[in-house]
Amino acid sequence: MSTDTKSGPGISGDDTLEDAHKSNDRVRRIFFACATITVVTTVAIFLVLFDNAASYFFGARLSEVLLSGDTFSRTVSFTEFFTGTRWAPDHSTPAHGVLPIVWGTLAITIGAGLVSIPIGTATALYLSEYASTGTRNKLKPVLEVLAGIPTIVYGYFAVSFLTPVLVGGIATNVINPAGGLLDSISHLAPFVLDPAAEWMMGVRVGRYSLLAGVLVVGTMTIPMVSSISEDAMQAVPDELRNGAYALGATKYQVSIRIVLPAAVSGIFASYILALSRAIGETMAVTLAAGFNANLTANPFAEIMTMTAYLVSMARGTSAVGTVEYQSLFAVGLLLFLMTLTMNLLNDRLKQRFQEEYR
Amino acid sequence: MSFRDGQELFADVDLGREKFLNRVFHAVLVAASLFGFVMLVLLILDVVWEAYQGLTVFQIDPVQFLTQPSSSRAERAGFGASIVASLWLMVLTAALAFFIAVGCAVYLVEYASRNRVTRLIEANLANLAGVPSIVYGLLVLALIVNDAGLGSVILAGAIALALLIVPIIIVASIESLRAVPSSVRDGSYAMGATKWQTIRRVVLPQAMPGILTGTILALARAIGETAPLIMVGTMLHATRYPDGPLSSFSAMPTQIYNWTYQADRMFNGLAALGIVVLLAFLVAMYVIAGYLRKKYEADASLTNV
Repeated sequence: MSTDTKSGPGISGDDTLEDAHKSNDRVRRIFFACATITVVTTVAIFLVLFDNAASYFFGARLSEVLLSGDTFSRTVSFTEFFTGTRWAPDHSTPAHGVLPIVWGTLAITIGAGLVSIPIGTATALYLSEYASTGTRNKLKPVLEVLAGIPTIVYGYFAVSFLTPVLVGGIATNVINPAGGLLDSISHLAPFVLDPAAEWMMGVRVGRYSLLAGVLVVGTMTIPMVSSISEDAMQAVPDELRNGAYALGATKYQVSIRIVLPAAVSGIFASYILALSRAIGETMAVTLAAGFNANLTANPFAEIMTMTAYLVSMARGTSAVGTVEYQSLFAVGLLLFLMTLTMNLLNDRLKQRFQEEYR
Repeated sequence: MSFRDGQELFADVDLGREKFLNRVFHAVLVAASLFGFVMLVLLILDVVWEAYQGLTVFQIDPVQFLTQPSSSRAERAGFGASIVASLWLMVLTAALAFFIAVGCAVYLVEYASRNRVTRLIEANLANLAGVPSIVYGLLVLALIVNDAGLGSVILAGAIALALLIVPIIIVASIESLRAVPSSVRDGSYAMGATKWQTIRRVVLPQAMPGILTGTILALARAIGETAPLIMVGTMLHATRYPDGPLSSFSAMPTQIYNWTYQADRMFNGLAALGIVVLLAFLVAMYVIAGYLRKKYEADASLTNV
């Protein structure tokens, strides 16, 4: 670097002005290149996923068709992919319906949202409106630790504690006694009662369960909801609160009628972020909810999410060119598009939230 | 009007219901806030209990555990090779991610004008931060491991982790670069320094503690990251020490995953001990980051006087 000369204490060193400007320009280009790498990453994700997913649907990668003249041939139809209800691309009689694992991901996401959204919002309200400074200083580190624990540790927690102790306990002590009643009427309406009956009676809890997955993913997304929601609540000007207090409102009324509505777009942004995180969550879900692609809402059943499928295939180290390997990218592309949609939605909301009180 | 009159004026107003609702709501909020705390305590107790079980019931020798490579037989399995693999990953990831991320942050804060390209880069950053980590693993699996033929090696894992944490380091760096007061820059320009000289000798040294804190926190995220490494491909058991960036591996989190997955109960004890080691690494990194941040805050308060 030309500026690395034995300079005196001054800032400009021994460079001539021209040299300094030249290196200035060069450095600017280097920094710009660094910045474009981030854009290149996104483009590469898109291209690689599309390229490899093409071989799953059409039997040849886009790059192979363009560069070496391979031809497309239909292998898996989109109809089968999006409407089939059995997912087993690696089976001897393969089935390519992606619905069961999409359902698995949605079930985990919805369930986790049911845990983290109310609890996270309540925590944020408590921190922002009710808690004293001392309590805040104790509670915030707890949330930060929850956010910092690796997902694999949550997975271990699910396998070694949540499923055997908590979920198993609920299944045997709370749900089972009702089984006899449901058994006698379930044949009357298979489409209405079967899910309910299965819900009530399919309580042999194995190593994995949907409920355990919901609990761990819900817990690990609480900090995202609470911290971003709290920021939004803190951004609500005190004049609004004081106005309400002056009219005789209680803290409860101020929280519900002033703070929540005023911070609503920031709060929704935090929900979307948490749900998006739940969609992409991998290790905790894999270890908690399992590897069995079931179309079921039974919280005690084993299910498989899209991410769990990716992990299970990688565990078998599927060879390049096999259908299993290609299916990784089809599922990965679907997953990427789902989170991308959520992120764009989140971006919109964040912009609105920033505009509101500036 | 006397105070007494005022009380009589509002004597028919009953605020009992409002006050009761307020108390109930307060209690609900406290209970909800405690949920996270309870889960955290349960999680820590569970890991400590299982690790204790591993040490007592299965007689895992701590020294052997920390120094030996893993094995398909639980009695022989250790964590040493995985620890070394994770350290390799950390060093390579930091080297790959740091300069690109800081370069990008410097460009966005110091150089970029408000135009379309800048907005695109910023919007893209927000998007990248939300991409599931497993997708980065898929990208590296296709592009680096198979198409480029590198194979499932430490370097490939480090590339996936680096892609994952670059956006995190960029956000932290942008924040600490923006915290450098513009008067400092103006002072440097007034002395006749060029932009690059100002950045290199004035802005970056001031922002560096904040950038380093952000980098360490990002690395703490990377060291516990499992999914991208699994996609890149790891050994089921890290049966030998890695001898460089191009050897196959199983890092701490992937080894913990593979142990958790085994049916043999002793492997669960091993996994719990592995988690204790992993968490110890994390705590150490957070302590360093916290120390840097505190020092940085003290320095910043001095310069702002």
